[in-house]
Amino acid sequence: MTVTRPARFGLRAAALGYLALLLLLPVGLVFEKTFSQGLSSVWASLTTPSAVSALWLTLEITVIAVVANTIFGVICALALVRGRGRGRWLLDVAIEIPFVISPVIVGLSLILVYGTTGWFGKWLVGHGVSVIFNPLGMILATVFVSLPFVVREVAPVLREIGTEQEQAAATLGASRLQTFMRITLPSIRWGLAYGVVLTTARALGEFGAVLIVSGSIAGRTQTLPLLVDTRFYAFNSAGAYTSGALLAAISICVLLIMTMTAPSKRRI
Amino acid sequence: MAISLHNVHKRFGDFQAVDGVSLEVPEGSLSALLGPSGSGKSTLLRLIAGLEQPDQGEIVIGGDPALGIPPQRRGIGFVFQHYAAFKHMTVRSNVAFGLTVRRRPKAEIRERVDELLGIVGLSGYADRYPAQLSGGQRQRMALARALAVKPRVLLLDEPFGALDANVRAELRTWLRGLHDDLGVTTLIVTHDQEEAMEVADQVVILRSGRVEQAGAPSEVYKRPANDWVMGFLGPVSRIGESLVRPHEVSLSLEPEGDAVESMVSRVVHLGSQVRVELELAGGGGAHAQLTPAQADELELERGDIVYLKHAPAAVAVSA
Repeated sequence: MTVTRPARFGLRAAALGYLALLLLLPVGLVFEKTFSQGLSSVWASLTTPSAVSALWLTLEITVIAVVANTIFGVICALALVRGRGRGRWLLDVAIEIPFVISPVIVGLSLILVYGTTGWFGKWLVGHGVSVIFNPLGMILATVFVSLPFVVREVAPVLREIGTEQEQAAATLGASRLQTFMRITLPSIRWGLAYGVVLTTARALGEFGAVLIVSGSIAGRTQTLPLLVDTRFYAFNSAGAYTSGALLAAISICVLLIMTMTAPSKRRI
Repeated sequence: MAISLHNVHKRFGDFQAVDGVSLEVPEGSLSALLGPSGSGKSTLLRLIAGLEQPDQGEIVIGGDPALGIPPQRRGIGFVFQHYAAFKHMTVRSNVAFGLTVRRRPKAEIRERVDELLGIVGLSGYADRYPAQLSGGQRQRMALARALAVKPRVLLLDEPFGALDANVRAELRTWLRGLHDDLGVTTLIVTHDQEEAMEVADQVVILRSGRVEQAGAPSEVYKRPANDWVMGFLGPVSRIGESLVRPHEVSLSLEPEGDAVESMVSRVVHLGSQVRVELELAGGGGAHAQLTPAQADELELERGDIVYLKHAPAAVAVSA
């Protein structure tokens, strides 16, 4: 489509204006509110014991959820695209469940299963494993809500690259593992990277499901989003903005690392 | 190595892709599997490669039964219609792939890749990516990649099908030369009879999963096994009960002997030849291929009545 110069300028202004109003302005204000308190109070607010604990717990849960969903996501995408089984449509639908169900319901359903009176929880508690109000439950909730991203990013790429390169590798003597490592994985790497970024962002920011299963116990089962919430309702809005800004900064860093490394190596 | 197939069957759902095929590809030959789309020729090639498993039958490569042996260990080189280039690798890494996965020493790989790039005429392109090559170059790269592991047999699936007509003609001649130099038993799948005739020692004509005829190109052209083969190998006209080639008929302005009366419906000048389209008196159409000199002599125009008969050299198949 050819667009005249003024029209192109107008389009660009409209797109940027929309983004500025809806995205940049609100997020920018969080940072503005944070740093208007002065650096020393920002530092103090970030280093309280519950804030430090929340940061580490958030990172820990995110790393575990991202690793789990990356491995599961690739396997699942392979099963969806390359599989021949009849149950594939069921898998396809099941993967969408975390997208369509409210995180609050995810939290409640985990309590039904793993709570002390839940049907699996009773047995687990009997064996010394508590899930609800513990980091384990928070990990399960986070894995659940961030599950579809890698599958949804990788599956279309797999479909697009087709099977010819993999077959060619087989005829050239490559084992299945060699073919996966040398052909399939490099071919899907950008889709996979984007899926990982989305999973990370979702895992970092998850609130509803984690709130229900964690009980938001300061210093023990409180992640950064839960800390922001607690501080906000305790009339510590400066502290809430500070933790919020940290959370946003982590997500933006992940996104920047991804966008800065991707295009320079993109040759396909 | 020779390839031999015995009574091979393959079905996909309700579709019988290969229906009892037996054939021999002699050692060192270049054979073509020729047929229209859906005739099972690509499936047959993929069965030989081990990319598909037959429902029934035997496949023997170089004296060894191939069934149950995965493609990795069949000693084959396979070239795909759409190149199957490894897009994220340079030309050098593409060609080296088979040797890299076999963990050959680096120096040996480098030497072999340089040698092959020289053979296929891509010496200056080692550090490029497939996206930076033309279609013909990509296919030559794919061929070098397949040859790098010294396959016992080379299997080419419509290797020139995605290329422009002039590049296709050029690569075809080049492939024949390459085969004569290397002597690797080669089986090429094509739907283009001209390509098969030009490049192969042996042509195997397939239809609906069965072998209709196999033989040297001149043999199948001169002595087609049936009407279908004759029609598939080139244009034909039906005169009475016989099928004839358009260049093996004669036209005259006066009735003579058993010549069939017909009316000229169109005269098409194609440079080195003139095609005369005819409506036969008994119904049906035919066409005759004349030299420009013959056409000038007859001065044919639309609506003229002419008499059509087999030229003495005509090949006729009675129906």
